[in-house]
Amino acid sequence: MSDTIRSTRRPRRFRVSRRFLPYLLSLPALLTCIGILIPFGTAIIYSLQRYRLSQPWNRQFNWGKNYVDFFYDPNFWNTVKVSMTYAFTAVTLQLLLGLGIALLLQKRTMFNNFVSIMLLMPLMTAPVLASLMWKLMTNPGFGILSHMASLIGLQDFRWGSDPKTALLTVVIVDIWVYTPFIMILLLAGLRSLPKQPFEAAALDGVPRLFVFWRITLPMLMPFLLTATLFRVIESIQQFDIIYAMTQGGPGNTLMVFQVEAYLNFFQATNVGRSAALLLILWAITYVLSSIFIKNWLRLREKQRGEA
Amino acid sequence: MDTTGPVERVLRGIAISLVILFFMFPIFWILLMSFQTNETILRVPPSMVFEPTLQNYRALITGRLETQTSTLEIRFMSNLYNSFFLSATSVAVGLLLGVPAAYAFARLKFRGSEDIAFTLLSFRFAPPLLVLLPLTIYFQQLGLSNTYGGLIWVYQLIVLPLILWIVRGYFEDIPADVEYAYRIAGHDFWATFWKVSLPLAMPGIAAAGLLAFIFAWNNFIFALVLASADKQPVTVGALAFVTASGIQYGQIAAGIVLSITPTFLLAILAQRYLVEGLSLGAVKG
Repeated sequence: MSDTIRSTRRPRRFRVSRRFLPYLLSLPALLTCIGILIPFGTAIIYSLQRYRLSQPWNRQFNWGKNYVDFFYDPNFWNTVKVSMTYAFTAVTLQLLLGLGIALLLQKRTMFNNFVSIMLLMPLMTAPVLASLMWKLMTNPGFGILSHMASLIGLQDFRWGSDPKTALLTVVIVDIWVYTPFIMILLLAGLRSLPKQPFEAAALDGVPRLFVFWRITLPMLMPFLLTATLFRVIESIQQFDIIYAMTQGGPGNTLMVFQVEAYLNFFQATNVGRSAALLLILWAITYVLSSIFIKNWLRLREKQRGEA
Repeated sequence: MDTTGPVERVLRGIAISLVILFFMFPIFWILLMSFQTNETILRVPPSMVFEPTLQNYRALITGRLETQTSTLEIRFMSNLYNSFFLSATSVAVGLLLGVPAAYAFARLKFRGSEDIAFTLLSFRFAPPLLVLLPLTIYFQQLGLSNTYGGLIWVYQLIVLPLILWIVRGYFEDIPADVEYAYRIAGHDFWATFWKVSLPLAMPGIAAAGLLAFIFAWNNFIFALVLASADKQPVTVGALAFVTASGIQYGQIAAGIVLSITPTFLLAILAQRYLVEGLSLGAVKG
């Protein structure tokens, strides 16, 4: 009986055992990325060496001296401080602004949908190009924003080229590009919330502020957390905006991790220090991204369950 | 919720207007600049009244920049071509590698599948320079430095995680019974994948492809480190252009407009899927 069934089956062109099939399907993708793991290993080795491209003969292991040196290196602490300040300021402001805009656009009207699509344009702009746009607008000679600053009494307001306002300038560009990211995630979140609790609260005449703090915000929390962590991880590694705007300057006011590492490698040709800096950054983002992935996965499962 | 008083309506209106002003003004202003000559750009105070000119775009497209003293060769169009070529090929390769993998992760749970999927995701969050700096040295040894092939390979780091996690969600949403029914009718695994699963997941695959294209297009750091002038995409090219031509502000603005237009158009095409893509498949719009 079973023989007849087998003989009527179409012959298979590829007979891959079911055990290997998944590996066959996923291995090419994995291998492509594994190629990336080798340089990662190399970076670890570099970070443990005294290695300058300008003095290849001096290259030797110094076992962690690059890391120990950071403790006494004011430049390193400056980098840590600037990166943290940048990430904290940018993400906090984006979160407040993004939440505000999402609440404004919450209702599904034609106008609101149109505005929310329009607001995505900055997010679709390459961050480098966004920086160039703002650079043109803050040019001391003809920039419209420099002109406006002088109109409200800020004579000689030099935006990115003044150490006092450089951080503010790049944070504004970051806000311009990435607020729509938070906005659109929170908007999707707000619109997916169940209606009953809000209807019940409205029937009972609960004040709107109370509804916001006690119902909206807690229910929105998974979305808020995912969006925030995502942005923190990205902004602590910010390179494009800062490099295009000031290359870490003026002086070292904007020397965040990746810009500092890039200049260390290509200008100072200090490979060892550059690699050590990047590994510290990697450790920070690794911790953050494992927290992120947990939250993100919970959100994903929840959304799939409701879908 | 419909108990808004007139005061609140006005306040909301003002808030929305300010938001639109802040986010739209830079794009509007650069667009205006791109149609002006340097003389009208440099006027003080800046004004919105001017005679529009196409000379900036003409200079970029013909590749010749006339200055008072000399003509400058610009390769902006080749940068634009590089961006198209690099992004399109990277996405094609990414789909070829990513879609089967996404299917394996969605349907055929196997030992270590989640670990592998998360490893691929975590590449998305590592600092790119950590890998790029050693790669510059390896690429020189392998003869990959300044080749499209090398760049396309590295671009997979951006493209693959995105495709994998979006498409995986779409495969998971296909009821397994549909596939079983087709299998029971006597078709083998590959036929089922090709004739049933793939067409059903097509919207997700298209969305992932469009988004991956946008992300590849907007990428800067990979090409900055690994590509020299003739392979550079617009992101790197525009920055180099600013340093080279310094004071040709109209052309810079026109270059920016040309570089961001393709992503805007694609974003409008893919807007239904943007939320899903930006959250790497976690949130549905």
